Amino acid sequence: MKKQIIRIAAALILFIPAILMRSDPDLYIFSLVLFIASYMIAGFDVLAGAVRSAAGGDIFGENLLMSIATVGAFLIGEFPEGVAVMLFFRVGEMFEDLAVSRSRRSISALMDIRPDKANLLLSGEISEVPAEDVSPGDVIVIRPGEKVPLDAVVIRGASSVDTSALTGESIPRDVSSGSEVLSGFINMTGVIEARVTKPFGETTASRILDLVENSASKKSKAESFITRFSRYYTPSVVAAAILIAFVPPVLFGFSGFSVWAYRALSFLVVSCPCALVISVPLAFFGGIGAGARLGILFKGGVYIESLSHTETAVFDKTGTLTSGEFSVRDILPQGGIDKDELLRLVALCESCSSHPISLSIRAHAGSISGSVSDIEEIPGFGVCATIDGVRVFAGNLKLMQRLSVHVPERSFPGTVVHACADGRYLGCIVVTDNIKPGARAALEDLRSLGVKRTVMLTGDVASSARDVSQDIGISEVFSSLLPDEKTEMLDTLLASPGRKGSLVYIGDGINDAPSLAISDVGVAIGAVSSAAAIEASDVVIMSDDISKVPSALRLSKRTVRIARENIVFALFVKISILILCAFGFASMWAAVFADVGVAVIAILNSLRALDHKKY
Amino acid sequence: MKRSFVIENLGCAHCAAKMERSVSALPGVNSCSVNFLTSKMTIDADDDKMDDIFASAAKIVKKFEPNAALKA
Repeated sequence: MKKQIIRIAAALILFIPAILMRSDPDLYIFSLVLFIASYMIAGFDVLAGAVRSAAGGDIFGENLLMSIATVGAFLIGEFPEGVAVMLFFRVGEMFEDLAVSRSRRSISALMDIRPDKANLLLSGEISEVPAEDVSPGDVIVIRPGEKVPLDAVVIRGASSVDTSALTGESIPRDVSSGSEVLSGFINMTGVIEARVTKPFGETTASRILDLVENSASKKSKAESFITRFSRYYTPSVVAAAILIAFVPPVLFGFSGFSVWAYRALSFLVVSCPCALVISVPLAFFGGIGAGARLGILFKGGVYIESLSHTETAVFDKTGTLTSGEFSVRDILPQGGIDKDELLRLVALCESCSSHPISLSIRAHAGSISGSVSDIEEIPGFGVCATIDGVRVFAGNLKLMQRLSVHVPERSFPGTVVHACADGRYLGCIVVTDNIKPGARAALEDLRSLGVKRTVMLTGDVASSARDVSQDIGISEVFSSLLPDEKTEMLDTLLASPGRKGSLVYIGDGINDAPSLAISDVGVAIGAVSSAAAIEASDVVIMSDDISKVPSALRLSKRTVRIARENIVFALFVKISILILCAFGFASMWAAVFADVGVAVIAILNSLRALDHKKY
Repeated sequence: MKRSFVIENLGCAHCAAKMERSVSALPGVNSCSVNFLTSKMTIDADDDKMDDIFASAAKIVKKFEPNAALKA
């Protein structure tokens, strides 16, 4: 950087007097000398580079074309132009380097979530070692203010940790003995000792970093277009330059050769597509980096692009829109017993079951008493037990039908556990799945972002599904679906006639793999450590927060917009200047601006994609 | 097998694209991708050919950007 500044300054110092001396016939020779000296200082590297790349076979290198343009300017007597263009070019190059290193630094700062040192606790002594050298099973100490270097389980101490680097959640999480802490968390309040669970390369933060780096290879359509375009752009412009240099003089007479030569040389100056080739991938990479900071991992720029025009959003219900935990909604006794009694009987029946519904009923019942024996689970139907000498059954409607117990006709919102004893119907308990807070707002948000169709697919019963969908505002519901039917439904939705935008499937990953795979964009939510979900999906949301889905959509739209702005701007300016140069309305100076100025502006614009606070 | 190398002083993205294409065309290379923003070149090729491929790739880097260098 300093060398560049000194070089440009030195060249300038020689250049300015040269211009002043040029008009004086006596000093003309001196001005020429100064021009050449100034040029050599500013352009020596470029010339040397030109020779090397030409010798290696690269005839379309920027150095070579720039050298030809400026030397050509000298040959037609335009000394000031030749030097000025080279100077301008070097200045622009310096700004371009600055912009690129700023981008690179921003991205690595954004991705600086993983410390490479750990405090190893061995025989009571703490020593600072490279995190790579720590093995699973070792114990590390994390002090307040330090970043967690490796995935580990707390064995001593309690603290609050900042999980935002991984999950994007701003609310700190409390951890204590038994809690999992992941690499990238920031320990805030207390000292904790933890046993390492994964080696350095396999920690969550490492996997995220790998994912972000590899994401650059899944190019978006915009990036592929730029790559293809740049292959043809430079040779075309050079070919046009040759035509402009030689065809008009042949047609209109050789006296005007230097005019046309000048225009052709200007063309050479605009021949590098650098502005596009740097700024478009930078915008997408910035988007991926910003997403990662929010706890949204895009596996490639192509998914950012697809997500940006989402038309249909398909949700899995349990675990995605709902928390997966049930809670008791209603207790409806019948046959002469009261609520508490019904609850007690059913809770005792379910005392050995680990089904989420059983857990919620037992939680609701609290501590209950009664003599329970001979507990039997009837898969697909329910449970039964002998309570206080009576055989009690608790389960679904099918169980009641099997026992020929009459259940009054009613529709219940939610999942129902019926109970009976001695052939007598005792009543039922209604449990519902808790809708995630913010689910409704998230759906509204999605609609405002242009999502036209919202669909819920679930294996749960219609009444329960309808309950959730009406509360949140999902327009289409398909319930009681077996796993195969879910994928078939998705196929049908994908094949909908008139479908223009992307179909996004959002699920919690565990058994959603096929759905995640066939949709245009598969989003796994709440899958912090599940390798299988990360594998199958295209976008991973590192927390349970469903509001990250509209955030991801907003991010993708903005990123695509920034990339598009750059493409339109760069192409427009370059082509305009080419046309103006061809007809003599623009000088080589304008050409240099079209080349480096546009690149710098485009790169700086792309840096906006890194701003993760906007979502 | 995939191996990643750092390209020092990679300043021109257009050159990076040209490098990517040239190295991909080398015999024995399954795929190559250059990430201009992280200055990394990732080559997917047979293990036993990797050393030769590295040497050729280093020359290609020099050809398109004389100031840059491929580091092992």
